Amino acid sequence: MALHPIITSLRHHKLTSLLLVLQVTLTAAIVCNVASLIATRMENVSVVTGVAESGLSTLSVNDVAPGVEPLSRHTQDLALLQAIPGVQAVAAVRGSLPLNQNDWSSVGCDSKADQERERQLHSDKAPGCSRVSIYHGGPGELTVLGLKLVEGRDFQPSEYVRPGPNDMGPVPAAVISHSLAERLYPGQDALGKDVFVNDKTIPIVGIVETLVRPSLGEPATDGSSMLYPVISDKASVLYLLRSDPKDQARVLRDAQAVLMKAEPQRIIQDAQSYTELRHAYFQRDYTMIGLLLASALGLLTVTVIGIAGLAGFWVQQRTRQIGIRRAVGATRRDILRHFLLENFLIVGTGMVLGLGLAIGLNMLLVRSYGVAPLPVLYLPVTALLLVTLGQLAVLNPALHASRIPPATATRNL
Amino acid sequence: MFSYYLRLALRSMGRTPVITALMVIAIGLGIGASMTMITVLHVMSGDPLPGRSGTIFYPHLDPLPRDEPGDDAADDFTWPDAQALLEHAPAVHQAAMSGGSLLVRPERKDLPPFYADGRYTTPDFFVMFGVPLLEGSAWSAADEAARARVVVLSRSFADKLFGSAPAVGRTVRFGDTDFRVIGIVSDWQPRPMFYTGYSYSMFSGPDGFFLPLHTAVELKSGVNGDTDCWGNANMDAMHTDPACTWLQVWAELDTPAQVAAYGQFLHDYSADQLKAGRFQRPPAKARLDGLMPWLRAKRLVPEDVQLQLWLALGFLAVCLTNIVCLLLAKFLRRRGEISVRRALGARRRDIFLQFCVEAALIGFSGGLLGLGLAQLGLWAVRQRPDSYAHLASMDVPLLLGTLGLAVGASLLAGIVPAWRASGEAPAAQLKAE
Repeated sequence: MALHPIITSLRHHKLTSLLLVLQVTLTAAIVCNVASLIATRMENVSVVTGVAESGLSTLSVNDVAPGVEPLSRHTQDLALLQAIPGVQAVAAVRGSLPLNQNDWSSVGCDSKADQERERQLHSDKAPGCSRVSIYHGGPGELTVLGLKLVEGRDFQPSEYVRPGPNDMGPVPAAVISHSLAERLYPGQDALGKDVFVNDKTIPIVGIVETLVRPSLGEPATDGSSMLYPVISDKASVLYLLRSDPKDQARVLRDAQAVLMKAEPQRIIQDAQSYTELRHAYFQRDYTMIGLLLASALGLLTVTVIGIAGLAGFWVQQRTRQIGIRRAVGATRRDILRHFLLENFLIVGTGMVLGLGLAIGLNMLLVRSYGVAPLPVLYLPVTALLLVTLGQLAVLNPALHASRIPPATATRNL
Repeated sequence: MFSYYLRLALRSMGRTPVITALMVIAIGLGIGASMTMITVLHVMSGDPLPGRSGTIFYPHLDPLPRDEPGDDAADDFTWPDAQALLEHAPAVHQAAMSGGSLLVRPERKDLPPFYADGRYTTPDFFVMFGVPLLEGSAWSAADEAARARVVVLSRSFADKLFGSAPAVGRTVRFGDTDFRVIGIVSDWQPRPMFYTGYSYSMFSGPDGFFLPLHTAVELKSGVNGDTDCWGNANMDAMHTDPACTWLQVWAELDTPAQVAAYGQFLHDYSADQLKAGRFQRPPAKARLDGLMPWLRAKRLVPEDVQLQLWLALGFLAVCLTNIVCLLLAKFLRRRGEISVRRALGARRRDIFLQFCVEAALIGFSGGLLGLGLAQLGLWAVRQRPDSYAHLASMDVPLLLGTLGLAVGASLLAGIVPAWRASGEAPAAQLKAE
């Protein structure tokens, strides 16, 4: 089928056609970038923490009664929590958890020499060194968190230290994440070797598969973390509880009740499931995903409405011409094809311009907002999507047009 | 004439209800989305002290060592520098301040202990910022110097502690120290809370209490927000260490001469400190920022929100293009009607006006819909846990602005179609039929 009659008819509607092309261009450019933004956010929220999240609950407790001795208080609390029906495991940690934004971080190195070099460079990018988040926790932390040991062992009871008022003193053992092991000792087995943090030399006794940091943001070091065997002696403590997920709400209620009963002069915060904690951490991402999805759908809807509305109008306006074409021998399929092809031309032109604009827009976004560059695959996918939607939008008016009888040509409208 | 055009427009909209509805929905969606984001941006970048912000200034010194990484890490003040400014710098009013969370032990047995956020500051804070004092008074310079255990509470904080009973004269226990309540202020909350200094808390709730800065320093009360120390700073005496910044200083300067004098003082002070060997960076690093320029430089609007605004505006652009298309189609379809009206003596102007009225009417309806959608959008924003979320609501200018934007946008969209339609020759279409 020749394009000639289509182009001629479009020339009669120059302004309207151009506007429609413009609309498709803008839609394509925005939708393409929005899709890429959604993908980035989805990647953020689907991060694997290494923690067995289902069934884990947390309670942050701050004792404010004067003269309470924290260590014995915590021991007593842990016994009370363990006694709650349905509680499978408990542990007391100082305050940091993956994704709870309470980050206690330092720089870990594979040798004193590298550590010295790192100090001079003023950068944790020095080879053999990595920024690392340190989780200070008491006995049972690995079990409660459900961390997966891939090498070595959990801490032994004798290894737990009680920090002094100013400094922790020597730390006899550390369990590190696999990702940290790879950064410190690339291509080697880190188990049994040492990690150097500040003035401490700590033997690595275990390696867990995954353990992310309390705050994410630097892809290279997001997985660099390690555990110290520390019994918290501070007035504020974070209790971890593991239970069956369906008992979780009750267990949390009971836990708050027994803790308050044991000591009314305390403040309990963040009594929540780990799922809630995780959701709170990614709140902004979820908001953005929702907003981006809504605006992409809204845009596509408006554009489809525009295409369908305009096509309907054109069919009505050209009823007479269509009748004439039918009368001089055009088949119904020819008419249908005419409108589909016309739409394809408009949407296709808008598409080509739109993809160019999408790349430009993306470059702007990369520069001013640091978003990820647009994956090339998104361009053909968006193109296919918009062309399909355009064809679908025009289908009904086009079918309507193809049903116009040839006799219309002879009628006076 | 206008009412006649309005009637014509209504009749024409009634004739093509679907296409009219589509246009109203399109403009409503575009306006709703963009106004939601414009409102959020508006509340985040507004003037926190209308009428006063022009005379409020934030001084800046740079006490950092020369080789400390980071060009200008210290936005805050050390205790010795803040004291020097308070004592010697020529300002109408000035105050040093810092935030703190203190443990409150209520007298009421039914109220468990809790942490409250408030401010440690010097007496001029209240006069300078115009904090509305409801009862009692603020503390005097003598109270400040004497490190008096006195406190000014916010209305809702006092109500929480004492119910409806008078609070002035009562005692509040912060940590292990008793403070006498000497005044009550309204729940004063400038938007943003510029004086907190550190940007992530500028959209948080109002301060519950205010107490003398010297008292807080003497008690070594904990400080909220950025505390930067360098070199061999003594963390135990962080409050008074000359190598720890943790204070904000604001000054009221009413005339350009006062501003110049204060700026000169900052420069001279820096030069003196450099000579004395305490400062290492050149005195040119000292400066004085007006409140609004300082806020703008802080870039309080999160990137997420900016991105959302651009998205919403792009959305509006597509909706407008869509409306131009549909209006063009709709208006040109009425050639017959136009021809008849032209043949009966209507001028081009009349036709143009008629179609503009119709476009404006569509815009107005779309604006109403958009207003509803924007309220829905703002409600959704308020449900978010972000610190700025609770501020998201429209004021009257924004309400009118929304309708204005909708009508303006659709008029803009209607101009080309209306012009094209009015250009029809009177007889052409009549002949064709």
